[in-house]
Amino acid sequence: MKILIIGGGMGGTILGNNLARRLSSEIKAGKVNLTMLSASDKHFYQPGLLYLAVGQMMPDELYRDQASLLEPGIEFHVDPVTEFHLDDNEVKTGSGRRYKYDVLVVATGSRPNMEEVPGLADNAEMFYTEEGALKMLKRLREFEGGRVVVTVGVPHKCPMAPLEITFMMHDFFKERGILDEVELYYTYPIGRIHSLENVAKWATPEFDQLGIKYETFFNMKEVDGERRILRSEEGSEVHYDLLVTIPAHKGMEVVEQQGLGKDGWVPIDRLRLNMEGRDNVFAIGDTTNLPISKAGSTAHFEAEALGENIASMVKIGQSVRDYDGKVFCFIEAGKDRATYAMFDYQNPPDPKPPTRAMHWFKVAYNKLYWASARGLL
Amino acid sequence: MAEKTVIDARGSFCPGPLMELIARLKSGQVGDEFEVLSSDKGSATDIPEWVEKAGHEMVATREDKGVWHITVRKTR
Repeated sequence: MKILIIGGGMGGTILGNNLARRLSSEIKAGKVNLTMLSASDKHFYQPGLLYLAVGQMMPDELYRDQASLLEPGIEFHVDPVTEFHLDDNEVKTGSGRRYKYDVLVVATGSRPNMEEVPGLADNAEMFYTEEGALKMLKRLREFEGGRVVVTVGVPHKCPMAPLEITFMMHDFFKERGILDEVELYYTYPIGRIHSLENVAKWATPEFDQLGIKYETFFNMKEVDGERRILRSEEGSEVHYDLLVTIPAHKGMEVVEQQGLGKDGWVPIDRLRLNMEGRDNVFAIGDTTNLPISKAGSTAHFEAEALGENIASMVKIGQSVRDYDGKVFCFIEAGKDRATYAMFDYQNPPDPKPPTRAMHWFKVAYNKLYWASARGLL
Repeated sequence: MAEKTVIDARGSFCPGPLMELIARLKSGQVGDEFEVLSSDKGSATDIPEWVEKAGHEMVATREDKGVWHITVRKTR
């Protein structure tokens, strides 16, 4: 049996290692071939970008050689897919090779889409790329005061990021001694300051206490860089001196261009994770159209469920469990306090007051992540 | 030609039914209809509230066995 994983991010890597261990005897016996194709020879710890933007991590802490993270049973190639031929159980890659499969898993992730809003790319800072995070750090270091507006597109990667970057900028300016000169102005697309009701209930009084202003029902329409004005679809406008965005995201271009899903999101079954109309094609992580958080933990928990099921399909011919919608998100509430939200399809989160201990747990996780990617944590 | 899309946001606490609707509306065409399925009763109030602010059109709202079916038409 040929199992082919497209993508070497968090979901693809955890799934590959999970399968390599569960199917080690089948791989050794030549009954199973497990192959991973990625666009890069590096593995990128994307959650670290938030810390890079405020000077708490350095770029070299965010990368490892992808091959060093993979179990020996995985055949790994840096050879991005350019064509999907699902009816023929085959993909074609940039090198011109064709890979046949019996089971295909698409885990290609997502990308920020700054072009969607006129004026946004030229006038806003964002931390979803290394280059963007470093540029934002420079702006934050040089900022002398005024109104900092945070604006949020949908859908976006990491649902906690809007709150986290706001809290972290608050403490960043406080440490620089210019907080009195700064007005933090947070905008959010729906009628409260976070999509999770309980998170919004926790964060609203925190904002009030810290003097962070907010406007809800605010969806970006356009940015007038000359006059430094951000306008919303709902008809309001706000002046900024520094504009920070959590941009809307899209799935990867190849997924969109090859017609696997609108805007690059692959439509899948929420429990089995198989692509609609296909029993042997699956998607995990940001790549899916599931109405759940685009977050590393989502990819992690989906990969574990799918790993169990693909392995059991090989061993006993059937899947053994459903993905339950589990997501776990740390929430940084400043430079030294954090809380978390854990939820699934049935149970909403109930975040507790932030603590220093939870912040240090997150800082430790930033180091432990590499063990998590190997499937050891 | 206008289309009708079903957005199954049952069990979606984050980003939630309204955020899902906003994301889908952006890439739709004027005249398209979107039926949101939500297990959160709050959707029956927060979706119409946003639809009015954003200038789109409510088509229908009904509840069936704990699931709210809220249909919205993109108007601009």
